[in-house]
Amino acid sequence: MSFILYLINGISLGSVYAIIALGYTMVYGIAKMLNFAHGDVIMIGSYVSFVTFSQMGMNPILSVALSAVICTILGMVIERVAYKPLRKATSPLAVLITAIGVSYLLQNTALLVFGANPVSFTSVVNLSPLKLADGALVISGTTLVTIVLCLIIMACLMLFIKKTKAGQAMLAVSEDKDAAQLMGINVNATIALTFAIGSGLAAIAGVLLCSAYPTLTPYTGAMPGIKAFTAAVFGGIGSIPGALIGGILLGVIEILGRAYISSQLSDAIVFAVLIIVLLVKPSGILGKQIREKV
Amino acid sequence: MFKNMNKKTKNSLITYAIVIAVYIIVEGVVLSGNMSSLLQGLLVPLCTYSLCAVGLNLCVGYLGELSLGHAGFMCIGAFSSAFFSVVMKESIPNDAVRFIIALIIGIVFAALFGFLIAIPVLRLNGDYLAIVTLAFGEIIKNIVNVLYVGHDSTGWHISFQSQQALNLEADGVTYINGAQGITGTPHNSSFTVGVVLILIALFVVYNFTNSRTGRAVMSIRDNQIAAESVGINVRKYKLLVFTISAAIAGAAGVLYAHNLSTLTALPKNFGYNMSIMILVFVVLGGIGNFRGSVIAACILTLLPELLRGLSDYRMLIYAIVLIAMMLFNWAPAAIVFRQKLVAKFRPGKEEI
Repeated sequence: MSFILYLINGISLGSVYAIIALGYTMVYGIAKMLNFAHGDVIMIGSYVSFVTFSQMGMNPILSVALSAVICTILGMVIERVAYKPLRKATSPLAVLITAIGVSYLLQNTALLVFGANPVSFTSVVNLSPLKLADGALVISGTTLVTIVLCLIIMACLMLFIKKTKAGQAMLAVSEDKDAAQLMGINVNATIALTFAIGSGLAAIAGVLLCSAYPTLTPYTGAMPGIKAFTAAVFGGIGSIPGALIGGILLGVIEILGRAYISSQLSDAIVFAVLIIVLLVKPSGILGKQIREKV
Repeated sequence: MFKNMNKKTKNSLITYAIVIAVYIIVEGVVLSGNMSSLLQGLLVPLCTYSLCAVGLNLCVGYLGELSLGHAGFMCIGAFSSAFFSVVMKESIPNDAVRFIIALIIGIVFAALFGFLIAIPVLRLNGDYLAIVTLAFGEIIKNIVNVLYVGHDSTGWHISFQSQQALNLEADGVTYINGAQGITGTPHNSSFTVGVVLILIALFVVYNFTNSRTGRAVMSIRDNQIAAESVGINVRKYKLLVFTISAAIAGAAGVLYAHNLSTLTALPKNFGYNMSIMILVFVVLGGIGNFRGSVIAACILTLLPELLRGLSDYRMLIYAIVLIAMMLFNWAPAAIVFRQKLVAKFRPGKEEI
């Protein structure tokens, strides 16, 4: 029975990773860059929700929505100020190092504003836990909401990409930026939109993450961010269903590893997965193989 | 004599001269008793950071790949050498001999791990390489935190669980105590040792980059496919650079370990943040410029300590420096702007 509980917790954690991984995978697919600061956008989103919901007592849904809006704006500002000027830089390291700088900037700004002490986050989900099998299996409301919300977000996003013009533009830009531009697609606006969606989702993921693991510090976002990137790579970078599969597999691996192998080594296990995936099948489960050309 | 000297040789000689001059001045100030104890405590960390920055710069500037795992190599150098020093404290009473052996052990272990990690990692490049090195660095830190090593009359005991799981006899000694790390490392590091190590590292990297091998490495950085097509063994050279770079980081770790009596692997000293701090030094000093790395490491460590009240903002300043430097140096718009500026003030002189 405990195995099933671990499995459900793993799927729940994996759902959070999947939502974060969406931001990575879309940005990587379209702008061809690793947005290191994505994890810290999660942290900012959680702090916004903490201040508005836990401290000011705002309606939980309103608070999450507000945090999503703020993160959307933040994501777009970061893209405009730090990444856009470097889009045509000659060295591929330039934008990567800048992204690391932005990540550092967000962390340390939060450190100055909110302090290094962890704050305890109250779960925004106020549902009674689900009891199955005569109370032997208790699933918390947060866990359920996380899994359901993840599936809804995935479905909406896939519909958005398939059915809307903006979504099709995203696909086109990810295939070939120059050709898309020639077809009259506004590439800059499309990239900005990608950052906006990714960052907005990051805020939701942050709130869900902190509802399940209620300690919030300025460094909260860094680790889940890197793990979600691992999930994105695992599922195949650039693929939305891949993010879902990669995220959930990674979440399950982490929770089972923590339960059955070693709690201190759970991070190491997740990173070992990343290394193995990249070495064995760098394109991930659902990714496309890209050949390097002259 | 200086006139017909190779430009690169001149450049390296100037760097050695600067390091030695700074050393003499600092030693003079210390001997005259005019240096605060706070500043004296910073001297060895300064050398540690400079050394690590030189190592990372070799990887970023000449291999053209970003490693975020250099803190991990520092960690290996630190722990392997500190372990040796603590175990051999009684057997080798001579500080100098023991420290030199510890140094060699630290460097060899860091190089060995660098080599082993590089074999799989160097199949990747760019963002993937950066994130995998980061992953390796974190794994190293995690494993060191659960490593327990002890010795008693029955021999060596190793555990990854807890100190009790070592099952030591009554006379047993725990040398590596998991998250509590290693205690009682002899205090062998000094500013002099640090400066000597920096000079050796600079000598190695300058000679390496000016050699035939170094030029082969640079050709790989500039165009891997072209380099491959003229018969350069890309894999071999990449492995070589990565290993040397890891070895220098290992030397920095040895210096770091022998400056503290208690060595622990925290996110602060051997985590991802340390790798980023070193990266800031490399970027500010100029990618591919070793002299710059040393100077940047010194300035960025000293400045926040000297200007009191600024130390709270240290990390924030690092972040802003990093972003601003990258935008200024690499954004196409900024490059055009700089060229215009140069053309305006120094007509006839093109920026290189």
